[in-house]
Amino acid sequence: MKRSRFWSWLWIGLGILYFFIPLLATLNFSLRMKKDVISLMAYEKVLADPGFVKSFTFSAEMAFFTILASMILIVPTAYWVHLRLPQAKPIVEFITLLPFVIPAIVLVFGLIRIFSRPPFVLTASPALLVAGYVVLSFPYMYRAVDNGLRAMDVRSLTEAAQSLGAGWGTILLKVIFPNLKVALLSGTFLTFAIVIGELTLASLLAWPALGPYMALLGQNRAYEPAALAIMSFALTWGMIGLIQVFTRGTSGTALGGMK
Amino acid sequence: MAFLEINNVNKRFGQFVAVEDFNLKVERGEFVSFLGPSGCGKTTTLRMVAGFEMPTEGEILISGADVTHKPPNQRNVGMVFQSYALFPNMTVADNIGFGLKVARKGKDEIAKVVDEMLALIHMESFRQRYPYQMSGGQQQRVALARALAIHPQVLLLDEPLSALDAKIRVELRTEIRAIQQKLGITTIYVTHDQEEALSLSDRIVVMKDGHIEQVGSPFQIYNFPETPFVASFVGTLNVVDAVVRDPQSGALTVDGQEIQTAQPLSVSAGQTVRIAVRPEMLRMTANSGSGGTNELSGTVDTVTFLGSIVRVQVRLEKSKLFFDMFNNPHLVPPQVGEKLTVYFPREACLVV
Amino acid sequence: MKSKQQGDAPLARPSLPKINWNWLGVMPFFLFALLFLILPASSLFVGSFQDNQGQFTFNNIKNLFTPYILNSYKLTIQVSLVTAVGGALFGFLMAYAVTLGGLPRWLRTALTTFSGVASNFAGVPLAFAFISTLGRVGLVTVILKSLGINIYQQGFNLYSFWGLCLTYMYFQFPLMVLIISPSLDGLRREWREACENLGGSSWHYWRHVALPILTPALISTTILLFGNSFGAYATAYALTGGSLNLVPIIIGAQIRGDVLHDTGLGYALALGMVVIMGASILGYTVLQNRASRWLR
Repeated sequence: MKRSRFWSWLWIGLGILYFFIPLLATLNFSLRMKKDVISLMAYEKVLADPGFVKSFTFSAEMAFFTILASMILIVPTAYWVHLRLPQAKPIVEFITLLPFVIPAIVLVFGLIRIFSRPPFVLTASPALLVAGYVVLSFPYMYRAVDNGLRAMDVRSLTEAAQSLGAGWGTILLKVIFPNLKVALLSGTFLTFAIVIGELTLASLLAWPALGPYMALLGQNRAYEPAALAIMSFALTWGMIGLIQVFTRGTSGTALGGMK
Repeated sequence: MAFLEINNVNKRFGQFVAVEDFNLKVERGEFVSFLGPSGCGKTTTLRMVAGFEMPTEGEILISGADVTHKPPNQRNVGMVFQSYALFPNMTVADNIGFGLKVARKGKDEIAKVVDEMLALIHMESFRQRYPYQMSGGQQQRVALARALAIHPQVLLLDEPLSALDAKIRVELRTEIRAIQQKLGITTIYVTHDQEEALSLSDRIVVMKDGHIEQVGSPFQIYNFPETPFVASFVGTLNVVDAVVRDPQSGALTVDGQEIQTAQPLSVSAGQTVRIAVRPEMLRMTANSGSGGTNELSGTVDTVTFLGSIVRVQVRLEKSKLFFDMFNNPHLVPPQVGEKLTVYFPREACLVV
Repeated sequence: MKSKQQGDAPLARPSLPKINWNWLGVMPFFLFALLFLILPASSLFVGSFQDNQGQFTFNNIKNLFTPYILNSYKLTIQVSLVTAVGGALFGFLMAYAVTLGGLPRWLRTALTTFSGVASNFAGVPLAFAFISTLGRVGLVTVILKSLGINIYQQGFNLYSFWGLCLTYMYFQFPLMVLIISPSLDGLRREWREACENLGGSSWHYWRHVALPILTPALISTTILLFGNSFGAYATAYALTGGSLNLVPIIIGAQIRGDVLHDTGLGYALALGMVVIMGASILGYTVLQNRASRWLR
């Protein structure tokens, strides 16, 4: 017993080192912009850069539209599958898992090939970027919504609402959405965390998003990238923290990320 | 010397006393039940015999050898768990043969023992099934066979039937007892179900809050409970308040009506005691026992139809008594509001 | 409700074949998936078998089998394998430590939170973090140098194979922790006790009970981790700036400018990635079926 606990502490200790050394190193680096003093200069520089503000705003907008579109698409579909079309469940599940099989780099290649020539020319529109993000959000959003639906008795709730005279719109907006609040929130935060710093799609579709901005900064600056990494980590931490606050007691885990 | 001895065993978890001064000697081939409500220490005691818990004080001897500090895998004690605990990744045959495989027995020997065990539990055709393909009752029978396959010195059963349906429970109970008697294996059976303990055991150990309340045969435990707890926990009881009128002759009054106990009372006149009467001792007709009959009159309060029996509750003034009568389609049961007199022998009247 | 509709139907149109109108409800989703997922993916498939004039050809596929391309596949697979197996192993040990290793409960909560963050902390910022740590002037590099160990002279390079693996591990093992912890919780105490009771040791328990029970989960998670690094582009791009010859990097370069001088070959390259992912999932299904005969 004592022996095995030693090994447990050892593995946890190694894990903690792995987690924190890069963060500490980055933090240290980000505070060293002024020679020989600890300063927040790197952060000030980043925040004062109009390029940062612009790209962050752009990415945040993209994240907003992605979350909106993903919800409008996924919630009614998952609900309908639960309620009326259980035989479609395997197909829908398969499609939502496809982004795991088709990496983002492959997806963007295909999107460019299809949408850069008639009949659909979309490469000039941010809608294509949002569409790509929606596809990437499928696994996370569907899983969150599916878990949420499974946790409540969709059929009884729907039938109860119908028996009280509610129409489909009322049922979705007043009964299903509110009960899915926690699931939708965790889907939202996760999608936001993924989209905000995404590089592959944004860079290859040539949009001035935060990801390409950071990559560019990394090529010709030394201290600002470290400050950005810390800020980005804090943002991810905030999103995951929010998920855990909202899903406390439920089994919602946050898996994912754009590598 | 007894086959299994548990001497002065105490078990504390921090401040909490789980088992206190536990002493028991079990003879070879005996079937002993530990009976008590949850948290009374019965499972902890069993787990100490199995080796999953170490006693804080005291010793445990099996066949004369001190096993108190032996690890569980060197005790040769078979255990059946409440949740079956079959290995889900193994077939029935692999589960039963596991103990022998671990002991590096030959393939042929393992196969032979597995065959014997399957025959013992009448499940020869289930050899290649996985646990998920069987009902709870079947899984528990396999778990029993698995525990017996290593030819253990002692068989321990930890509430083996409580996860099963009522009907299977009775069926499997009979089977466990038959197998135990056939093999003559020393057995400890933990349960909170008094019916199981009464029907299976040679002896019952009634436990409460970590200590033994009474040890005795089912007959003794049921008919001559030594403590109020045993009286109320084992079987059902009518308990009413009575005022002592004459301790010498055992005369009492219940709601103003006089009754008598068979023994003199040890408390003085005018005091209130609680008396207990088993419902099956109450009759609607005067049928005197050897020491004379008590009678109490009241009004029928409720009549509950329970299938083979009808439970009737009679209200005196404050006190209520219930009794069961067999359901007979040709007899009209008592009606609510009807006046009724119940009779019971004096010796059925226990003072608790 | 449903039976009522069926009851009404024959009265209205007895002769029409039955159409399950419920499928209409999922059409928007299917349409979207078709347009932005299926169609793009299959267009690469088509493109892989077309030459510049749009004529059918096997040349693109054939051109995959050149040392340059094969090496890049090999490298990508190596990185994915190393980080999948390494991440699975390390993640498993950590998950074991907090679930069954007898450590305080709060450590588990903390680890779950960290893992949730770290598994999502990838891409450009992760590359920056590792550059600050193990780059030429990174904190750890500098500290080790002051202790007399110059890791860059010892042959280490963050912008090469092992550096990339080390970086990928940062999101790999937390993912393993998140996925495998519930499976470890599923190991019931009674199984271990039953094993001990039957005379088995700790080794017997792990060899015959715990590991076989965990195998399906271990296989599926390792495959997931494999795919996780196999398709990774952002981290590798930001870390190595394209100096490592990974398949995603080559595809990215091909999209940016015509580095292969052959679009069809680019499509074939992407198709190859999908095929390898598909094959690993197929392998997973086969292994899964063999490892989980005892599962419902």
